[in-house]
Amino acid sequence: MKKSVALFLTLSLTAALSGSALASETETETEVATEAAAETEGTETEAAKEDTADAETEASEDASESESAEEKSEGVMTYAEYMDAAIDDEVVIETYVQAKQSWWEDKATLYTQDRDGAYFIYDAACSEEDYEKLVPGTKIKVTGYKAEWSGEIEVMDGTVEIVEGGDEYIAPITDVTDLLGTDELIDHQNEYVEFKGLTVEAAGQDEDGNDVAFLYNYDGSGTDGDDLYFNASLNGETYTFTIESYLCDNTTDVYAAVKNLEIGQTIDMEGFLYWYEGVNPHITSVTVVE
Amino acid sequence: MNRIWKKISLGLVTAAALLTLSGCHGSRESASFSIPEEFDTSRNYEITFWAKNDTNKTQTDIYKKAIEDFQELYPNITVNLRLYTDYGKIYNDVITNISTGTTPNVCITYPDHIATYLTGDNTVVPLDDLFTDENYGLGGSELLFDSPSLEEIIPQFLEECSLNGHYYALPYMRSTEACYINKTYVEALGYTLPETLTWDFIWEVSEAAAKQDADGNYVLNGQNVMIPFIYKSTDNMMIQMLKQKDAGYSTESGEIQLFNDTTKELLYTIADHVKTGAFSTFKISGYPANFLNAGQCVFAIDSTAGATWMGSAAPLSDISEDSIVDFETAVMAIPQFDPEHPQMISQGPSVCIFNKEDPQEVLASWLFTQYLLTNDVQIAYAETEGYVPVTSKAQDSAEYQDYLSRAGEDNDVHYDVKIQASQLLLDNVENTFTTPVFNGSTSLRDAAGQLIEDVTKSVRRKQEVNDESMEELFDEVTSLYHLNESSASSTGKQDLGPMPRTSIILLTALAAAWVLIIAYVLSQKLRKK
Repeated sequence: MKKSVALFLTLSLTAALSGSALASETETETEVATEAAAETEGTETEAAKEDTADAETEASEDASESESAEEKSEGVMTYAEYMDAAIDDEVVIETYVQAKQSWWEDKATLYTQDRDGAYFIYDAACSEEDYEKLVPGTKIKVTGYKAEWSGEIEVMDGTVEIVEGGDEYIAPITDVTDLLGTDELIDHQNEYVEFKGLTVEAAGQDEDGNDVAFLYNYDGSGTDGDDLYFNASLNGETYTFTIESYLCDNTTDVYAAVKNLEIGQTIDMEGFLYWYEGVNPHITSVTVVE
Repeated sequence: MNRIWKKISLGLVTAAALLTLSGCHGSRESASFSIPEEFDTSRNYEITFWAKNDTNKTQTDIYKKAIEDFQELYPNITVNLRLYTDYGKIYNDVITNISTGTTPNVCITYPDHIATYLTGDNTVVPLDDLFTDENYGLGGSELLFDSPSLEEIIPQFLEECSLNGHYYALPYMRSTEACYINKTYVEALGYTLPETLTWDFIWEVSEAAAKQDADGNYVLNGQNVMIPFIYKSTDNMMIQMLKQKDAGYSTESGEIQLFNDTTKELLYTIADHVKTGAFSTFKISGYPANFLNAGQCVFAIDSTAGATWMGSAAPLSDISEDSIVDFETAVMAIPQFDPEHPQMISQGPSVCIFNKEDPQEVLASWLFTQYLLTNDVQIAYAETEGYVPVTSKAQDSAEYQDYLSRAGEDNDVHYDVKIQASQLLLDNVENTFTTPVFNGSTSLRDAAGQLIEDVTKSVRRKQEVNDESMEELFDEVTSLYHLNESSASSTGKQDLGPMPRTSIILLTALAAAWVLIIAYVLSQKLRKK
């Protein structure tokens, strides 16, 4: 009997050991996967919250230098050379982060600008670690290809490198209100700009047919958290503005401000002069002035 | 004004990898679902429905109305709607939520995606028994609405929802791709559209349309922009070309066959036409509809579910009115290699149900899912785009037939391009196909498109496209999409890789224990003798 008990105990111990060790392996995997999932989920929101460049508050001391041409490292294009490059040409630029839009799978999308002009960096290779280091003003070098997508000039398939020891630069805001509706506006594409004294117009109608000041998505097909679209007019012409939800998500002040807009209010706005089949500013700040 | 600007496409590779990691061990396991004998109406249920729309307000309104109408019939079920405009985002969110046990109840999805969801245990509810349940199944006696019977679901569409011998989804809407053609330009170039569009024809006309004058303007439109042929989904482009060529893509069990000589041959042909400026893609240049409507494109291939954006009189447009050029739009099936045997992809949303601990909650989800197949929902949603209803009950209804017959009466509900797009699929259901579904099929699909995108970019960037670069491309894409890592099939024989070290130690210990035990028993027996 003792022997049978010993035999049973030996078997049980072996099975228990196996089970316990396997369970431990399982738990480890679960933890890793859950953490990774949580990180994934949070990435965009965090990016949008943290890094909408509040260029006005961090007013650049370099503003006085805005007229001066950038000094570029060897092999790096000036803004003029970048603009002269043909679509699909390889480009190498040095520029300064103004705002971060998103990071996903080691690819970053950034609004950047130097003293001569702005560069939109779309989906460029950038580690998460480097992305965390990017703050408004950070100098980066980007090697990629010049592209045009629905009128937006951008650097695509690029690689972002942080310029160690590089200076910082936050672009001063440019008032482009008077350029709305003119051919000159595109000269400021992607720049950090402001619009002053526009009147909020109806963006569409709600389910009851009442005019509303903003829509989720361009046609109201979205929900909270999606891009916001709103209209504002100047001198009888109406223009559409966007709260790009990757840049400014529904936890930001500007998202809330647009949701509180009322038709007829006079507003000032700041943002980046993005282009999509025409001007499509990505707004980062809205102030009701009247 | 704006449809949706180009956002970063959410990476599905990582998302899939996450589930692969969490799949067997990480997800909160649910017991397999058994149909309750009776739906308990004394209790209240709250279910979530993750739905996808094409950034189309009418579609979101239809979802809302469907929910309202359903809740009137079943006041004890509350359906919470969460809207998406991107299948990739739904897929990504589902995977994240499988890990945390917070999946939605009902979800619009692609069968490819379900194959990945199934990596988790009992994550997605198999619908076979629900389909045939006498009381609550399709056409069941206890339903409070007029549900289609199993036989009334178009068999090809239903079959797409079958994985590993079980049904894991119901088809919701179906579409295919169409070639939207500026017929005015084709004829201006001296060509007549053939009965069936061929790849040879489309390339020849596109080359003719790419001719420029001495000032660099295009002869055909007098503008400085012309992309004669633009393809929206290069995944579909490669998949359909390979299918038409009867070349490898993948086996049913998930063996990857994409990287073959026919693929190379197709890529070289595409490269030749990129070089002359005859071809580009959505990802590189922009929405085909915008170029088509501005008179800057002759052949625009996009989903039939994008038909409302196509043509001079399109009800939806992203470009300014003064940019729109007047032309006649023809809607044809995608180009073919063998016009006698046309083949085109079948695509469109399906609906799956996620398992929950409470079978009554799952049954409530099933009732709502089934409600989405009623005529009211099917017909209304199909009319928003070039979709077709997935049931013969809806397709054959007087209401839907009347809708089809009124093509061109107006440029809104009866926009002719949209109805022609729907008719295209209705006439070609027998010619549609789908690709094998397995864990990793989503990545393979992305990889197929990536090959075209990369070759197109290389040519535009004046990089050499030759055998060496092609091999490198195959290697890079294989690695990028982890195609050498994904498990072949959730049912087939799988190479699970080397056994973990811990397992080896434990198994060795187990074997050693048995050896000792047997040795002990034998020694005792010998002693007795």
